[in-house]
Amino acid sequence: MSPFLRTAWAVFWKDLLVERRAKEGANALGFFAILLLFLFYFALGPDSDRIRAALPGLFWLAFILAGVLGLGRAFALERENDCLDGLILAPADKGAIYLGKLAGTTALMLAMEVIFVTATGIFYNLDIWAAVPRLLLVALAGTIGFAAVGTLFAAMTAHLRAREVLLPVLLLPLAVPVLLAAVKLTDLALAGEGWGPAWPWWQLLLGFDVVFLVAGLLTFEFVLEA
Amino acid sequence: MHRILGGLAAVLLAIGLWLGLGVAPRDAVQGNVQRIMYVHVPAILTGYVAIGLVLVASVAYLWTRRAAWDRVAAAGGELAVCFVGLTLATGSIWGKPTWGTWWTWDARLTSTALLFVIYLGYLLLRSVVEDPERAATYAAVLGIIGALDVPIIHFSVEWWRTLHQPATMLKPQAPSMDPVMLQALLVNVAAFLATFSYLVMRRCRLLTLRAETLARVIGSF
Repeated sequence: MSPFLRTAWAVFWKDLLVERRAKEGANALGFFAILLLFLFYFALGPDSDRIRAALPGLFWLAFILAGVLGLGRAFALERENDCLDGLILAPADKGAIYLGKLAGTTALMLAMEVIFVTATGIFYNLDIWAAVPRLLLVALAGTIGFAAVGTLFAAMTAHLRAREVLLPVLLLPLAVPVLLAAVKLTDLALAGEGWGPAWPWWQLLLGFDVVFLVAGLLTFEFVLEA
Repeated sequence: MHRILGGLAAVLLAIGLWLGLGVAPRDAVQGNVQRIMYVHVPAILTGYVAIGLVLVASVAYLWTRRAAWDRVAAAGGELAVCFVGLTLATGSIWGKPTWGTWWTWDARLTSTALLFVIYLGYLLLRSVVEDPERAATYAAVLGIIGALDVPIIHFSVEWWRTLHQPATMLKPQAPSMDPVMLQALLVNVAAFLATFSYLVMRRCRLLTLRAETLARVIGSF
């Protein structure tokens, strides 16, 4: 493995290890996901047709709400005991650190997304299981795009007093293309449509991922060292 | 230099006003309401120029680390919010009599409103970071990310849903507009761009003076 990937892997592994030992973040996010199910039930009522019609939007609303929490936490951890200084001083490519943090957040968000989708399917008695492989692909691509921008802003806002408010305020408008493409693709996947109509949205989503991964890799160094 | 530019902006704005309100013919379908276009279209074009200026100044700041570039980006960001806000306001005023509603979730409206929110966030980020160098770096990164997102937002929202009339000036065929109207519009575009340049220069000067004064006050202790 190249040193770049080894560094990224080390940061990613460290984040997973912290989650596994402390269990605060993952447990809280899983619990939060279940709570959201209750909120959606109170907002839309028990009618499963209504839930079904709103499902793609509900999924991504939940993913993004939990994602904002997860992102904030990814850097709150680094603030304790000045871990961030350690990362900055490490003789490693800052892009690799970005990639590692991004992978950690993505993994945490994906775990929460799996819990949420499974729980929704069970509690609302929806037959969504045939679409699961495609949903996973959409979730992966959407989550990477969201986390690519989010990691950058979470690192920025980690020092600030107003971080809890500022992170979503900066991140959500920028993440709108991810949200639109992912909701549309989730809709198509749930409807069991072919790949044809989905293709332009895939291009949009993957294009977003690539553009902001590259932008993040290039600018993360400035953010960390500011 | 700035005096000449300021004078030019004032003269062009006056001529633009005269052409738009007095000379240009009344629109056959929309009536006098259509004249708001002479403000609306120059405002959004200037808004895009401001966003482009923020991008260029942000890249230049990260490259050179010179505070002057940061001040250009700050001025650009403020004016981006002003001109995009002006676009939304004039669009709304035009929309009420024409479409019968102040606001509709049309693609172009939605993506312009998103731009407004993004650059409002840009100003917010600038104002909450206390350390000036850190604020400059963070703002520069947001300036770059925001500008990269502009075309992506445009297309994604466009595909999502649309209703707005297509742009009449930038389409490949000859513009489908009365030549007198087009002339009035172009003069107004020039007037807005001159005003924008003047404001950027004045704002940069003010920010420089403020930074110098602050340095002197701190130095005197």
